Amino acid sequence: MSGSAKNDSRVGGPCITVGDDVNTDVVIPGRYLITIDPDELAEHAFEPMGPEFQTRLYASKVVVAGENFGCGSAREQAATCLLGAGVEAVVAKTFAREFFRNAINNGLLAVESPQAVEVVSDDDEVWIDYEAGTVEAAGESFPFEPYPTVMRNILEAGGIIPYLAASLEEVSG
Amino acid sequence: MGATLAEKVLAEKSGTDEVAPGDIVEAVPDIYMSHVASWRCIDTLARLGTDHIEHPERIAMVMDHISPAGTDKIADDHRRCRTFAQQHGIDTFYDVEAGISHTVLMGEGLIQPGMLGIGTDSHTTIYGALGACGTGVGYSEITAAWVTGELWFKVPETLRVEIDGSLQTGVTAKDLMLKLIGDLGVDGANYMAVEFGGSYVPEATIEDRMTMCNLGKEMGAMFPVVPADARTVAYLEARGVGPDEYWSVAPDEDVDYADTYTMAADTFEPQIAKPHTVDNVSPVSEVAGTHVDQVFIGSCANGNYSDLAEAATILEGRNIHRDVRVIVTPASKEVMERATDDGLVSTFVKAGAMITNPGCSACAGDGGAMADGEVTLSTANRNYRGRMGSYDAEIYLSSPATAAASAIAGEIADPRTIDTIAEAR
Repeated sequence: MSGSAKNDSRVGGPCITVGDDVNTDVVIPGRYLITIDPDELAEHAFEPMGPEFQTRLYASKVVVAGENFGCGSAREQAATCLLGAGVEAVVAKTFAREFFRNAINNGLLAVESPQAVEVVSDDDEVWIDYEAGTVEAAGESFPFEPYPTVMRNILEAGGIIPYLAASLEEVSG
Repeated sequence: MGATLAEKVLAEKSGTDEVAPGDIVEAVPDIYMSHVASWRCIDTLARLGTDHIEHPERIAMVMDHISPAGTDKIADDHRRCRTFAQQHGIDTFYDVEAGISHTVLMGEGLIQPGMLGIGTDSHTTIYGALGACGTGVGYSEITAAWVTGELWFKVPETLRVEIDGSLQTGVTAKDLMLKLIGDLGVDGANYMAVEFGGSYVPEATIEDRMTMCNLGKEMGAMFPVVPADARTVAYLEARGVGPDEYWSVAPDEDVDYADTYTMAADTFEPQIAKPHTVDNVSPVSEVAGTHVDQVFIGSCANGNYSDLAEAATILEGRNIHRDVRVIVTPASKEVMERATDDGLVSTFVKAGAMITNPGCSACAGDGGAMADGEVTLSTANRNYRGRMGSYDAEIYLSSPATAAASAIAGEIADPRTIDTIAEAR
């Protein structure tokens, strides 16, 4: 999970869907930012959506969203609370800039695939093959734009901090 | 083809001759800002197992968002930041009395044209008001920048927004931005730089530009920016920073913008953003009469001296409606001091408002929470569900003038009709 390197390039499982312009105050309300522990944060992930939604979230491996997912506040906990909740990837039509960076920086896969989002319903299985650059959903396979090298390196290390730790070790080692 | 302002800044800060949209560059920011979230960076640094800080002189810490501490946990967060700043020789540390990070740093003359700034707050975009490129990042990224001095950026495309003419009387920079966000949508400028131009811009004060570049974030902008001009020079000179001390960068004339959007400044009335998204915008006339329980005047969007003065002009000698609670929060100690000296504080208190210490206040959920079913009209920049207390409460956004008029009326009201409103009461 958070901080662990990606050994398996294929992640996925049951998904939960949300709409367009979901802001990070909804993903993790500001009142809970007093911690950075993913497990504690997970208790309040998507709390404004209600307990039924949260129960389904905890059973999901992938969040599937519309346009501009993660807009608003730059709070990094919007990415880490999802990791704490057991989510391994977010597939969206588009991401807001800060959420996208925060996701990659914490080893949470974030992939833009408008076509996949169109065909997915709640509880469907969605799989992301990071090496192949595809999202598999509803029996179809959709390609996504590969990450630039700098992001690949960060993601493969499990996030920007483990990535940096490894490079610091290299320098001193 | 020429370069946009953002392209020039990213090229300069990454030591390259030119950059194009989509390029990834490793750039060295001039300032790394962190607010109360600084403790998250301190924890993350510990996780990295290093004590090395590449440019301690570029770190700025401001204890906003939650100030003063409401719990022992927060008090300890503040203390750890204070201690860290002392240990690492971070001179630009501002404690809980200072106010909102952005307003404080700009007021101190620390943000200058041509700078690249990153901050643990999405409204770091406000630096664009002084011709600088500022943007929000996560705490891990700030920590990484502390250690390495640099961070990767994707060079954004640039949207040019041309605003021509003058605003109507009673219409403000806030109304202009709400209108723009309503027109373009909350992702209208996602991952883009936005350059403001047109004949309105020279008229806009630095405080107006702060509102513009702050709200630019609400359409997704990475770097909303107003190139430096005579007003920028005067603002910084008043803060002891002369024009030879910074890089007064401007976009080239022959830029091929990704898109250009043109607005006529004199064609719209005061605007309101309705719950729960900032692009859910209507002219005030369409929502006038909506009941309000609370009015908040403050935030990095509209907590400057001019914003308080705009509200005070309307509240002067009048009484706030008995069913409305009004919270006024100056954005910084400097604003608080001037508002006290000039009698604005007295005007607010006599009208029936509460004044709080400078800071983020109700906008960050630090006080001013609502119960189920309540409604706040706020001058802040976000009306998201749950941002101010109950998930079943509603936030509307407006200018300080509209907020003040509505506080008197007890319902959303057009500030241009204040005489009629006051008479009716």
